[in-house]
Amino acid sequence: MLSHASLPHAGGRMGRGGILPLCEVVAMIWLDVLVQGILLGGLYALFAAGLSLVFGIMRLVNLAHGDLIVFAAFLILVTVNLLGLNPFLSALIAAPVMFALGWALQRFVLNRVVGKDILPPLLITFGLSVALQNGMLEVFSADSQRIRAGALESASINLGVVTIGTLPLLTFGSAVLAIFILNRIFYTTAIGRAFRATSDDPVTASLMGINPRGVFAMATGLAMVIVTLAALYLGMRANFDPSIGPARLIYAFEAVIIGGLGSLWGTLAGGAIIGIAQTVGAQINPEWQILAGHLAFLAVLIIRPRGLFPRAVD
Amino acid sequence: MTPILETRGLTAAYGQFKALFGIDLAVSPGECVAIIGANGAGKTTLMRSITGVLRNDPGMVLHRGEPIGDLPADQVMQRGIAMVPEGRKLFPSLSVEENLLIGGQVRRGGGRWSLDTIYQLFPILKDRRHSPGTALSGGQQQMVAIGRALMSNPELLLCDEVSLGLAPVVIRDIYAALPAIREAGAAVVIVEQDIARALSVADRVYCLMEGRVTLHAPAAEISREAIHAAYFGEPT
Amino acid sequence: MHKVTTRTRASTVAGLAAVALVVLGLVLPAFASRSLIQDLFFILTMLTLAQLWNLIAGYGGMVSVGQQAFVGIGAYAMFAGVILWGWDPVPAILLGGVAAFLLAIPMAFFAFRLQGAYFAIGTWVIAEVTRLLVAQWKTLGGGTGTSLPREATSDIIGVAAIAELFGIRDAAARDILAYWLALALAVGTMAAIYALLRSRTGLALAAVRDNDNAARSVGVDAQRVKWLVFLSAATMTGLVGALIYVQTARISPDAAFSVTNWTAYVIFIAVIGGIGRLEGPILGVLVFWGLQTAFADYGSWYLLALGLLAIVTMLFAPRGLWGLIADRWGIALFPIQRRLILEGARNG
Repeated sequence: MLSHASLPHAGGRMGRGGILPLCEVVAMIWLDVLVQGILLGGLYALFAAGLSLVFGIMRLVNLAHGDLIVFAAFLILVTVNLLGLNPFLSALIAAPVMFALGWALQRFVLNRVVGKDILPPLLITFGLSVALQNGMLEVFSADSQRIRAGALESASINLGVVTIGTLPLLTFGSAVLAIFILNRIFYTTAIGRAFRATSDDPVTASLMGINPRGVFAMATGLAMVIVTLAALYLGMRANFDPSIGPARLIYAFEAVIIGGLGSLWGTLAGGAIIGIAQTVGAQINPEWQILAGHLAFLAVLIIRPRGLFPRAVD
Repeated sequence: MTPILETRGLTAAYGQFKALFGIDLAVSPGECVAIIGANGAGKTTLMRSITGVLRNDPGMVLHRGEPIGDLPADQVMQRGIAMVPEGRKLFPSLSVEENLLIGGQVRRGGGRWSLDTIYQLFPILKDRRHSPGTALSGGQQQMVAIGRALMSNPELLLCDEVSLGLAPVVIRDIYAALPAIREAGAAVVIVEQDIARALSVADRVYCLMEGRVTLHAPAAEISREAIHAAYFGEPT
Repeated sequence: MHKVTTRTRASTVAGLAAVALVVLGLVLPAFASRSLIQDLFFILTMLTLAQLWNLIAGYGGMVSVGQQAFVGIGAYAMFAGVILWGWDPVPAILLGGVAAFLLAIPMAFFAFRLQGAYFAIGTWVIAEVTRLLVAQWKTLGGGTGTSLPREATSDIIGVAAIAELFGIRDAAARDILAYWLALALAVGTMAAIYALLRSRTGLALAAVRDNDNAARSVGVDAQRVKWLVFLSAATMTGLVGALIYVQTARISPDAAFSVTNWTAYVIFIAVIGGIGRLEGPILGVLVFWGLQTAFADYGSWYLLALGLLAIVTMLFAPRGLWGLIADRWGIALFPIQRRLILEGARNG
């Protein structure tokens, strides 16, 4: 259960400043729930950004996305344990490895099947998901793991009205920064131009001297760098084990659909909506946390089937 | 002199359907060659084969004597063969300027063409440079497509049906750019249905019918009767 | 003179062989061992699930990763019938079909709003929602699950008669009853799919898969065909789920809604055997059963290999093992292609 680390500690505030009126306490609890939910949404946006990027460029959904996040978390964990490095430095080492892995996966496997028929890439990534999960189970066992972040794990900032965990805040900040940088890459660099051109029309892009397969491989590699960032926070904030990948894929997918296909800032909003729904659900009944997130997704799907911020050109 | 581009017995097929039956043609440096023919004669298939969108046997297409028939489109383009595709095919997600820049992503050094010189050639594009490419009129879009191909400073420019669907006055504006393009050193291949237009600008003409070259002559020496016969088949 | 036919010589032979096989299957319990009957139950139920997935994904182009929703809800509906309303487990299987049908309506409503690849994850989300909701159903054991009460399993309709007929214990007779039901479901499902594919609706389905818009433009009501196929496959999947859990007699949300057991395996069977053809899952389930019997002890190594096998199949033989066989020898046991036979052509 991912967000246990970020659940509100509303009880601790009762004693401060004497006896508060009941309605004020209730309002503060819900404000706290809201803030924690938005911060949790940052993590989900990180899960989702890579998925959104790859889908936007090559209309491909990687069903192994969640398992790749978990794999990256193990990679960081191993680096921390073997080299005794700080988790952030370990993620810096893991990122190029994940980039290479994503690049190779696209170049040697997925490029062979990307195209009009959606069945082959779906089934291949589904096979990869099952293979990855069980491979990790064999290598790392089913035990829960955690990337130790020392004092950072319990650090928090008291803003008076609410107390914010430093780690959730850092997660959210990283998500905002990652999406900002991705948008800059997309709209102001040559490779971003090539991404958009290839997404529009791969054949004409190749007439411009662009190799669409190379662009696809770059995009998947880039997505895996974001996956590494997501994995860093996933692993520091809560326990993880080889089986939790599919659920992360589903959260990521929900954030992408709520935000609107192809909109990275929309993905952040989508992540926040799932995060808020989950913390609100958990506040009412801890068993409803995950369910509430899914129901929020279904509600958005009814009201706005194309998401909150659909891209004009699709 | 080695031709820039040569095809030798070029054949092409879509599955069971054969579209080209042994095309031989050659383009020399600096030359302007027109390819004419009715709809379905195989002109667009020929362009797709040359640019590498359709792959062939290596020896069927030669660039400066080297076989390139099996190269993918991006590598053909990197050798200096740029294409203005039929229907213009601007990238809708890119602005006018970005469409031009992406054409220049693979640049061959020392050429004349840059953003500035393209804007001199087609001044209207400078005013519209931040608009989405697809927001422009058909003629302006065609200018972007030509500019985009020129941005790589190609030694051979292939233009597929640039006048299709445009008003005569707009076509005249576009063809007015041709002398400047040739002056900069590029050889040009023009695929046209407008025979008069093709004859007026080209050095040599190839006429295609049903996937075969039915006529090949210097533009100045060609007669209306010969074209009619090559275009529609021999009179019976 | 000409006629249009789907018949081939191999299909005529196959048709006769199929009838013989079904008859053999019916009388098999008279001389087969109990463990063979149990293996066949497993093979037949997985085959049926794979045929149904193949119908919606392979023929219909709707790649569902949420079939476990129908297995799970079917199984739980059967449990509800037995535990809450005192039904006999065998008729309660029908409740499973009804429940799966009712779940498929909102599922299709949501998932059909998602295009292509996102349809897959959409079905998965709804399966998850169903699992989480069922886990809240405290009278059926909540998150930990429950078992069929002894008194319900001890006097299932027909078991006593079977026990007497073959002179065996009740437990073995229950296996035989479940096996016969699985055989009936498998044969019924395959016959229905075959009939559907040869009908006008089958042609419409192929048109919808190949090009939704084009199909619509020539007058195929794409939406109607998709709904029809999705709901039918869901209902049948619910029946199979209920039957599997009559045999298992113990249920939990995690097992009944397991994406690995009821969707991943099923997809692997169809992929390895050959997507988009009836013969594929038959071959696939035999390969799967063989692998399972030989390597299941290796646990996650086995699943790892199965995942890789599916990837390799998709890359190098995208039409599966049966595709390889059909290409090599041109056999079609269940032909659905229409072929034109010119009878006059023989003379001239």
